[in-house]
Amino acid sequence: MTDTVIQNHEPNYLEYQGRYKGIFSWIFSTDHKRIGLLYLYSMLVLFSVAAILGLLMKIELIAPGKTIMDAQTYNSFFTLHGITMIFLIVVPGLPAVFGNFFLPLMIGAKDVAFPKLNLLSWWIYILGATIALSAQFFGDGPPDTGWTFYAPYSFRTGTNMLPAVTGAFILGFSSIATGLNFIVTIHRMRAPGMTWMKMPLFPWAIYGTSWIQVLATPIVGITLLMIVLERTLQIGFFDPALGGDPILYQHLFWIYSHPAVYIMILPAMGVISEIIPTFARKTIFGYKAIVVSTLAIAFVGYFVWGHHMFTSGMSGTALYTFSILTFLVAIPSAIKIFNWVATLHKASIDIQTPFLWALCFLFVFMIGGLSGMVLGALSANVHLHDTAFVVAHFHFIVFGGTGYAFFGALHYWYPKMFGRMYDKGWANIGLAVFFTGFNTLYLPMFYLGMIGMPRRYYDYVEEFHGPNIVSSFGAMLMISGLVIIITNLVRSARKGEIAEADPWKGKTLEWTIASPPPLENFAEIPVVTKQPYDYE
Amino acid sequence: MTSKAIPDASNFVKGVDTSFEVILGIIFFFLIAITATMIYFVFRYRKERNPVATQIHGSVSLEILWTVIPTLLVMVMFYYGWMGYKPMKEVPDDAFVIKSVGRMWNWQFEYENGKRTDTLYVPLNRAVKLDLKALDVIHSLYIPSFRLKQDVVPGKKQMMWFIPGREGEFDLFCTEYCGLRHSSMQTSVIVMPQDKFDSWYIDTTATAPLISDKPGALGLVIVKKNGCLACHSLDGSKLVGPSWKGLFGKTETVITKGQTREINVDTAYVINSIYNPNDDIVKGYSKGLMLSYKNELTEDDIGEIIEFMKTLK
Repeated sequence: MTDTVIQNHEPNYLEYQGRYKGIFSWIFSTDHKRIGLLYLYSMLVLFSVAAILGLLMKIELIAPGKTIMDAQTYNSFFTLHGITMIFLIVVPGLPAVFGNFFLPLMIGAKDVAFPKLNLLSWWIYILGATIALSAQFFGDGPPDTGWTFYAPYSFRTGTNMLPAVTGAFILGFSSIATGLNFIVTIHRMRAPGMTWMKMPLFPWAIYGTSWIQVLATPIVGITLLMIVLERTLQIGFFDPALGGDPILYQHLFWIYSHPAVYIMILPAMGVISEIIPTFARKTIFGYKAIVVSTLAIAFVGYFVWGHHMFTSGMSGTALYTFSILTFLVAIPSAIKIFNWVATLHKASIDIQTPFLWALCFLFVFMIGGLSGMVLGALSANVHLHDTAFVVAHFHFIVFGGTGYAFFGALHYWYPKMFGRMYDKGWANIGLAVFFTGFNTLYLPMFYLGMIGMPRRYYDYVEEFHGPNIVSSFGAMLMISGLVIIITNLVRSARKGEIAEADPWKGKTLEWTIASPPPLENFAEIPVVTKQPYDYE
Repeated sequence: MTSKAIPDASNFVKGVDTSFEVILGIIFFFLIAITATMIYFVFRYRKERNPVATQIHGSVSLEILWTVIPTLLVMVMFYYGWMGYKPMKEVPDDAFVIKSVGRMWNWQFEYENGKRTDTLYVPLNRAVKLDLKALDVIHSLYIPSFRLKQDVVPGKKQMMWFIPGREGEFDLFCTEYCGLRHSSMQTSVIVMPQDKFDSWYIDTTATAPLISDKPGALGLVIVKKNGCLACHSLDGSKLVGPSWKGLFGKTETVITKGQTREINVDTAYVINSIYNPNDDIVKGYSKGLMLSYKNELTEDDIGEIIEFMKTLK
């Protein structure tokens, strides 16, 4: 790869005027970069709403009894928070935004393999989101089942379930189409000379993720369809009142939804694998080990779903098989952590905002992963299952992992995406406030789970009061941090300093072109001869 | 491990807490060691101190080392988890059996002699087996101090067992989300020494003479046992179902088969509402939330409940 910036007289993708004008030049654009930004803007709006719902729930929990809302509102809030965060943000998040924008750039392609399918995926996403969210505004009231739609409660509740389930079903198609698109793109469109072992690690992570999206999503699609059929036609799949089996629902749901956790976390690991070598000025330690561990996670991740059901009454054989596999799936993640830290050894580290996000990621992701060890052990799980401990664990993984990587990626690639630099001072202050708030919010929830506070509790006994106050205070601090971070980013998109083509001295292909990238990315398709992180 | 850290509250506390502590020890070691190394590297190898990085591509022996050691350690964790769990499935034959029923949103316990309570009473130092049943949706019976939890799935037979090791009163929660009043679906476990338990157990009539002098008192006992108050308030506040305050004799607007009509709350209406709760839905309330109490309550019981309702003016 080369350091020289290819001079280009083409308009950049932000300025380019095609067949359509104004907003239509965005929502009908087949340019992978514009589609990436469409996802980014949609998700930032949804994320803000869902984060505020989370804050309101934490304020409700600051004291036992009713504080600011009644129980039905609280139940619909945690349902909407979960559905929005999981199905609309964290699962599609990194692949849809950064996969779209940077996968073609990083492998030296002009676009993804099927640009029109790519645009269609965004439209399906918007359609699914609209239908899912419409459940809030009409019918018999917002759904109150939690994002897991567990049977048979999802058949008993009088609330407006069908739109939420139908929306999640439709979103699945967006996910499958995007995954398929990326798999073909990676197989067919890598620049000449970019062999599999010369491909950067973010595309590798997207590759593993895409396979999970393609293979696992149909299962949840079928499952959600079964709920729709059961609710409308009274076919007894899951409801014991109709002769169905509620445990079957849990199996089907988690056969998708556990691999979905790896859809969330693999691209996050890919982002961290890009940020660390760039700021360490050093090739990544154990490139092959990281690639193999990515594929191992994608594979073993299919066989651990049963750990969501340790207390559901499965047989002993099923229990210890799932427990062993759950412990084994932690090994590839541990290998990644060791390799990332080893990369810092004898490096020459430029401490910048994206690198600080990566460091914070490592810390919170370790807490998330290690607390998962406690939950993987059968006996400890019996005590901690469905308590606040689990809520803390998955927020450390999903928000601490994917969320930090998302913001890390945004700060890393921001100058490339918008051609401008954000205010680094405010970015660091925002991160510090956010990081402090995050830990103040979720660490006490581990303790609450240990002393027995169940999750999804609107009200609680007095002995849980203290840690809940701390946690609610943390939530307010964390949201303040987010406000600083997002305000800084939004403001800088127009007013920030003009950024260079390669402000961080990165070595992967996206840094070899102008910022913001020209419409067709590469005037000439580059020829790759070296490893992706070549700082020799 | 819990704030009510009672090591011997049940026979499983030790197994669960040991696995927890072993794993916690290992993960704290890794968290602290890795974080410290990371911070040290960032400080030691920042570009001001180390302007030129040394390019190191990897090390096979290190990769093997940090694959094998964590694998061994997680197997240790698995072992402790399994050892703590195994006895939870090995019920002694002579266990004292209590039928436990979860429904939205209360627990009910039925003893072999027919005694029924909404609080779980158990004898100290004796194996107790709960035969678990759910009537409507999935619930989960959780006693934090005993380190025990079991999902209760409608249509499936589940059980849990334990030996209470400490006298006292402990929290019992529902931990599987089950709707509006999920967080109110809690009660207590009361552990009593065998002799005290025995006298409590034999005495099935103890409550009757005490209450007979007050009108409706027996009705209140029936109401409490069956958990009616989880959804129906006595003070006029709106819960899941209509409040009983001033209900009897009142004119209500109900929806019957999609038609709105006015009815008078009389004996026939109350009996039908308990046996066929979805026939007439009071306006402003949801259908499908209440199950029939046909198997739980006789018409005599309902008569007592109505006597009790009449006192709520």
